[in-house]
Amino acid sequence: MNLSIKHLLGLEGVSRKDILLVLDTARSFRQILERPVKKVPTLRGVTIANLFFEPSTRTRISFELAEKRLSADVVNFSADASSLKKGETLIDTARNIEAMKVDMVVMRHAYPGAAQFLSRYVSSVMVNAGDGAHEHPTQALLDFYTIREHFDRFRDLRVVIVGDIKHSRVARSDIWGLKTLGASVAVCGPSTLLPRYIDTFGVDHFTDVEEALKGANVVNVLRLQLERQTSGYIPSLREYREYFGIKKHHLSLLDKNHIIMHPGPINRGIEITPEVADCEDSVILQQVTNGVAVRMAVLYLLSQNLRTATEK
Amino acid sequence: MGSKQIMNETDMKNSLKRITSEILECNQNNLSTLALIGVKTRGEYLAKRIAHLLKKWEKLDLPVGSVDITLYRDDFREVVELPVAQATEIMFPVRGKHIILIDDVLFTGRTVRAAIDVIIDFGRPKTIQLAVLVDIGNREFPICPNYVGKSIQVEKSSFVEVKLKEIDGEDKVILFTPEGK
Repeated sequence: MNLSIKHLLGLEGVSRKDILLVLDTARSFRQILERPVKKVPTLRGVTIANLFFEPSTRTRISFELAEKRLSADVVNFSADASSLKKGETLIDTARNIEAMKVDMVVMRHAYPGAAQFLSRYVSSVMVNAGDGAHEHPTQALLDFYTIREHFDRFRDLRVVIVGDIKHSRVARSDIWGLKTLGASVAVCGPSTLLPRYIDTFGVDHFTDVEEALKGANVVNVLRLQLERQTSGYIPSLREYREYFGIKKHHLSLLDKNHIIMHPGPINRGIEITPEVADCEDSVILQQVTNGVAVRMAVLYLLSQNLRTATEK
Repeated sequence: MGSKQIMNETDMKNSLKRITSEILECNQNNLSTLALIGVKTRGEYLAKRIAHLLKKWEKLDLPVGSVDITLYRDDFREVVELPVAQATEIMFPVRGKHIILIDDVLFTGRTVRAAIDVIIDFGRPKTIQLAVLVDIGNREFPICPNYVGKSIQVEKSSFVEVKLKEIDGEDKVILFTPEGK
């Protein structure tokens, strides 16, 4: 079974079959992570460049671990060390890196569509590791993996995403993917942080947390970027915590069978209280572990496209 | 393509019985550290059958595992369509064990090479011994089985299909040969 996509640029428009193939494959990688030797020789000889034009610790480490556990050769490139500051354009940077015979590129960039744009100019296989407020497909896939691990289905599940929907690439990828998989999705946040075009997503939206959480199976709590306060989206962090922070008493509103997710890093005591973040229904750390397995699956499945690329 | 049945249900049963008694004979002193590992998909079922026989005859309760070699293939960027990678299940410590590796067909030896690599990633076994139901020659690697059900020499372009009750509903082995040979 092969993926029908050549790059992973986002989940909008990606078929249910492709998503499920990634999740199925990730299962076998997940089990490799429990072995004494956490490494398989599959991508021996494949070179992967991690281009991170925006600071990131967890996603970069997760990708790097996934690559190393597949035995790929890895080069890292981060914004502060980059030639961007010297005035080089994105295309030139990528072309230069490609000229060094890199097979796959994992890219994080502050501009929406950056990965899609580059995929038109370079022949490497491209994986989007977050492009501005657009998409973060591997985060969404690891969310799906974690949901499936717990519920073993998507149909008839109610997933509520709480927080800054407007600026969240995770929310967007989650919504598109979950709708493809057949889950029912709702979003909740202050009206300033819900995108104006939210209706076009076909999801329920709420500004009242208690209303939104009723009967939910999955609560995905988004990180509140602290700078949203200074830019005037919310009056104060305290008010946000009061009205939108997920607290212990909210848990009783949920369906009996529920999990709490968070893409990290957590602002403890703002969008989620420590009691909830550390409660036994919280799968936040499982998400991190699953992230490595899901990224291994994505890289492995996309690397099958390298065969045709080298034949050219 | 011409086809010919080379093993029926009784043949298969007898072969597995013989393989099992040979395994017992050669491992008299290792019975407490013996373990079976089947290569997915059909080797896994053969391993379970052999384990069942050992239990019936000798009351031996051996650990049984399975390996999936998809991620260890050497041709993974040459084949057009890969099978979905399945889980390798070795739920016991491999270190110090005498491992009987079991597969249905032995051909080029590449699968066995990959399976040995998987096992070694779990630890250092004392020995790895190879049991196969059918050996059709044409080795490309220096690999030799310890226990063989049936051995036949065939043309390189021929291939063998093993059918097992657990998956296919019947037990038989069919040899396919190209027309005119």
